[in-house]
Amino acid sequence: MPDPSAAARVAAEDVYRRESRRVFATLVRLLGDFDVAEEALHDAFRAALEQWPVQGVPEHPRAWLVSTGRFKAIDGLRRRARFVSTETLGDALEAIPDERAAPGDGEELADDRLRLIFTCCHPALATDAQVALTLREICGLTTEEIAQAFLARPAALAQRIVRAKAKIRDARIPYEVPGREQLAARLDAVLRVVYLVFNEGYSASSGEAVTRVDLSTEAIRLGRLLVDLVPEGETFGLLALMLLHESRRAARTTPGGDLVRLDEQDRAQWDRGQIAEGLECVGRAFAREPVGAYTLQAAIAATHATAPHAAATDWPRIVALYDLLLRVEPSPVVELNRAVAVAMRDGPQAGLALVDALLARGDLAGYHLAHAARADLCRRLGRHAQAREAYVQALSHARQAPERRFLERQLGSLPA
Amino acid sequence: MKYACLVYLDETLRETVPDRECKAFGDGLRARGCLLGGEALRPSHTATVVRVRNGGVALTDGPFAETKEQLAGFYLIDATDLNEAIQIAARIPPARVGSIEVRPVRELDAG
Repeated sequence: MPDPSAAARVAAEDVYRRESRRVFATLVRLLGDFDVAEEALHDAFRAALEQWPVQGVPEHPRAWLVSTGRFKAIDGLRRRARFVSTETLGDALEAIPDERAAPGDGEELADDRLRLIFTCCHPALATDAQVALTLREICGLTTEEIAQAFLARPAALAQRIVRAKAKIRDARIPYEVPGREQLAARLDAVLRVVYLVFNEGYSASSGEAVTRVDLSTEAIRLGRLLVDLVPEGETFGLLALMLLHESRRAARTTPGGDLVRLDEQDRAQWDRGQIAEGLECVGRAFAREPVGAYTLQAAIAATHATAPHAAATDWPRIVALYDLLLRVEPSPVVELNRAVAVAMRDGPQAGLALVDALLARGDLAGYHLAHAARADLCRRLGRHAQAREAYVQALSHARQAPERRFLERQLGSLPA
Repeated sequence: MKYACLVYLDETLRETVPDRECKAFGDGLRARGCLLGGEALRPSHTATVVRVRNGGVALTDGPFAETKEQLAGFYLIDATDLNEAIQIAARIPPARVGSIEVRPVRELDAG
């Protein structure tokens, strides 16, 4: 027979797992300080574990937790006030809004998490601090987990987080969703942080990485949250881009951690569920003007995802999407990718002319993938000496072990 | 909350920002109650740096570092939060050619 107090304990733990970051976001707004809110959150859950088994699980557990956390924080301030002037206490208590101003459920709570994301990704904070704060405060990762994920020393990372929190408090970075006229620019900063987190997880996914927190999964989780909170085109575009890349994860490396090129991947290993969700997001992104850079990159990934095999890839469509991308976000790396797509559409000679022109401009001279692309095109044209030279150039700039092994294999397979 | 907006500027570009534009901007801020004080400064070669070391006053001429941008003026503003302060700072005319450092004012703890 089920034990009601055990059931209440399970309920509390379940609510903690699902709701603690949302409760935290609301407490930050009410209490105006990360550390006070963190303490209040833990006090509230401790109270839940004590009281719910006796009094039953409240009807609105989240509202109960917010209100209990706020009460505990005020109580804590009062107790500490024995050591400070009553005037200071009065100011501190006055600064805490009445809980009736904080409806316990629905819209307002979603807004609290959005406020907190915009605070954590505020451009007045350094990018690495934005990333660390977002993972800590929105995703609820521990400092140790974040340090491990970025191969940073925990002490250094902890200090970065402490400094960022101090700046938020002392310079008074507000907890608010930016107004219409600033939303686009500020949303860009948030999306950039999410994409940084994703790429860190995606490109580092090899070898010893199995023990690291899965940053790509966290980024996709953030992407889903943002889609709910800010259903703008680029929010859908970024989520689609991440899902479509993630869908290839199992196929893009060998069990030994070696890279497998897109055209050589076993497409049966691609995650169909993620592709379906990604394609749906691309559709939603295109339904919203203006079409941005994440959406266009997602559309390119979607074109690959829907090709039954590499030879069936719709290269004219991919070239057209790169043309649009160049207009939205001109960059030499985009030009390079376009050149590779042109080579697939019109043949290696046409692609090589574009890559050589790009390299001659000097922007990509130190970018290993530019030399690798040149090497590949030369090989396809049978110019093996030039291919060899370009692979050596690529190797001199490549840093990551799996990429170096890939280039060495390519170099080794050239006819002598 | 009070913020100091410190205006840094390559002094050779000073003439590109007309005084009358800065005057009008300051008057507008003052009318809205956002401007608590502020001045334009003479060029950095007129500066004297004061330090007290070992009980004695040590003076050196000129600014601290050999940077291209020098402190050209400052505004003391009143803003609700950093977002409002940034909005005001972004409208300070020399923000176009120099840079504005926004610093929260630390109230002295005299008690």
